[in-house]
Amino acid sequence: MSVIPGVILIKGGHLIDPAAGVDGLRDVVLRDGRVAEIAAAGKAKVDADAQVIDAKGLTVAPGLVDIHVHLREPGQGHKETIATGTAAAAAGGFTSVAAMPNTVPTNDSPEITRWMQAPERKASVRVFPIGAATRGLKGEVLNDYAALKAAGVVAVTDDGHPILKDSIMREVLKNATRNGLSVIQHAEDTRLTGGCSMNAGVTAFRLGLRGMPPEAEYGLVERDIRLLSELTREVNGHKVGHLHVAHTSTAQAVAAVRQARRNGLRVTCEVAPHHFLLTEEHVGAYDTNAKMNPPLRSAADRDAMIQGIMDGVVDAIATDHAPHAAHEKEVEFERAPNGITGLESALGLSLRWLHHEWKMPLGRVLSLLSAQPAALLGLKGRGTLTVGSYADVMVFDPKAEWVFRAKDSRSKSKNTPFDGWTMQGKVRWTISEGRVVFKGESAVE
Amino acid sequence: MPNSAGSVMSVNSLTVESVSEILALATLLEGEDPLKRATRLAKRRIALLFYESSTRTRTSFELAAKGLGADTTLVSSLSSSIEKGETLKDTGLTLRALGAEAIILRHPSSGSPWLLEQETRLPVLNAGDGMHEHPSQALLDLRTILAHLRPGVETVTAETLAGVTVTIVGDILHSRVARSNMLLLPKLGARVILCGPPQLLPAVAVEAGPGIEIERDLATAMKQSQVVMMLRIQAERLAGLQLDLEEYKTSYQLNEARLAEHAPTALVMHPGPIIRGLELTGEVADGPQSVILEQVHHGVAIRMALVERALTLGNATGGRQ
Repeated sequence: MSVIPGVILIKGGHLIDPAAGVDGLRDVVLRDGRVAEIAAAGKAKVDADAQVIDAKGLTVAPGLVDIHVHLREPGQGHKETIATGTAAAAAGGFTSVAAMPNTVPTNDSPEITRWMQAPERKASVRVFPIGAATRGLKGEVLNDYAALKAAGVVAVTDDGHPILKDSIMREVLKNATRNGLSVIQHAEDTRLTGGCSMNAGVTAFRLGLRGMPPEAEYGLVERDIRLLSELTREVNGHKVGHLHVAHTSTAQAVAAVRQARRNGLRVTCEVAPHHFLLTEEHVGAYDTNAKMNPPLRSAADRDAMIQGIMDGVVDAIATDHAPHAAHEKEVEFERAPNGITGLESALGLSLRWLHHEWKMPLGRVLSLLSAQPAALLGLKGRGTLTVGSYADVMVFDPKAEWVFRAKDSRSKSKNTPFDGWTMQGKVRWTISEGRVVFKGESAVE
Repeated sequence: MPNSAGSVMSVNSLTVESVSEILALATLLEGEDPLKRATRLAKRRIALLFYESSTRTRTSFELAAKGLGADTTLVSSLSSSIEKGETLKDTGLTLRALGAEAIILRHPSSGSPWLLEQETRLPVLNAGDGMHEHPSQALLDLRTILAHLRPGVETVTAETLAGVTVTIVGDILHSRVARSNMLLLPKLGARVILCGPPQLLPAVAVEAGPGIEIERDLATAMKQSQVVMMLRIQAERLAGLQLDLEEYKTSYQLNEARLAEHAPTALVMHPGPIIRGLELTGEVADGPQSVILEQVHHGVAIRMALVERALTLGNATGGRQ
């Protein structure tokens, strides 16, 4: 994505920049892809040829950051392309997305990492590739982390193929630390989840489906924390490395992260909107749009996700945007692929529920969707609008209620359980590195 | 909830009143002059779509549909385009295009009847879906139980089986018959005891519905029961589960000595296929308390009622009618 030189003045909006502690009426001047000036409302001066966005009555915030998306390229363009996925991101207010490496072929090389970031992909927003921790996601041979990092990788993971062998996970943590990369683990002990398609429990029993036990998740989280703790002892207590637990879904996993942090380890976690809003009951009559991994869990687990978000142990909201073509989901529940889309519903759901219903301050919700995930992966100049930061901006109406329609999605795929749900907070403008990449219906210049 | 009024995909969607109607219709059709009966659905088209092998269910559904005069066609996974990779959706749409007005489905995936109904908008009769349910089997089991314990009863209510305890023994986890029975029988007032080892009977099963209990000791369960329903161990669904069969037989096999000591008057039932010498002995299967073949017999009447109902209640949401 090339930076378009030019000036944009976002005039008179209510700027909320949690990382900078700003919460008030401000003018924001963007110049050459960066934030050039933050001024009191009505005070910023720009040349006559500058683009002016009237943000009166609207909220201006850092563009959102999603650290867990599946953009499906290379290899699965029928589900999504980098162009369509990032268009969906822009429509959802996101200006940075971290793309998982379970592409075809796997992103385990600098070549693929660079390919994903090339201008030919026509990305609307910045794509940060996450590299495969091991070759082909097989959990055996480590990739060249230095080379991956040089090509632009921001973290490593084996994603849906969690690293089960202690010895390999230990090497991954060590090598990633040495190279300044985070390790993301999709925590699932796959030895306990073969043939399973939803959460274990009475709902699975009643539906005649094999269930994934919660211990398959938290057992691996606890194992990873133990390995990180052992490595820390080896280096005499100096902090080593960063373990990030992807999409936590069980109460015990969040508890394990909480305890690890108390013990001084750098362990973070994210929660997806569907895990703080839905439960296993939503599988209903075998709705494949309620099938994802980790699965929708019990009401107690769902409540623990909300609690973790409220009390701060959860570091980020991430969508796990996982597009699948309609024909791939129109099959028997057990055969359907895991995952749902999320980029265009995450903000609306978070504002509607966390902010409006459960009274979390707006700034905290925005922080969970921008400043915190950016900090978590060390994305410098993202998730904040201090002068000199990237001109990644979301202008939105936090009060607007609207109904999400899957068919109107920019994503190539429409697999969402939130079709028809009422959302709060409508994106009017999304600006990525100084370029307007999304303009909402009632956005006026 | 099904889209089509005539669909039966889970016993959960059957009220006591509709169970009563199905039982009454089964009795009516069974006693009707076969020539008159064959005019009821004369030349109407019913598809049997079987992705798993079956003897009893397939044959009795077919005889039931033909007894009502319908044309039936059997599509099984080994001799159709299913082998070439055709999806359930496309197979269903193809059958509808060929004029099928209802589909009887057996499938290894739990929940597949919902997918088929949603895509075809036709009434679907669930003839067994994965580990989930087998509603027609539970209805014929109910009819068998009523014939012995409540002879002459013509309409059933929520109290008809009050005081009756049914023990279901064995591989509950993988059994669609067990699920349908444990959800259906308590609707009529029966108490259901589930009996089996933890690997085959998770504790969470008691929460599946009202009126369900777990008793791990077979003798204790049998002593309380008027009906003992034995289940086959579903080797095809064990999925790596290790089970010591000798140990299993020691604790759970129904043999003559156990039956004589703990339940000398109980009905012995089994949905079939039976594995003689494993979950029950040949002597018990052939013995005087066994009603296993009566169950098979009741299957035709129940399935006639379900097929008749599927085509006469029609479907609420369109499709070709």
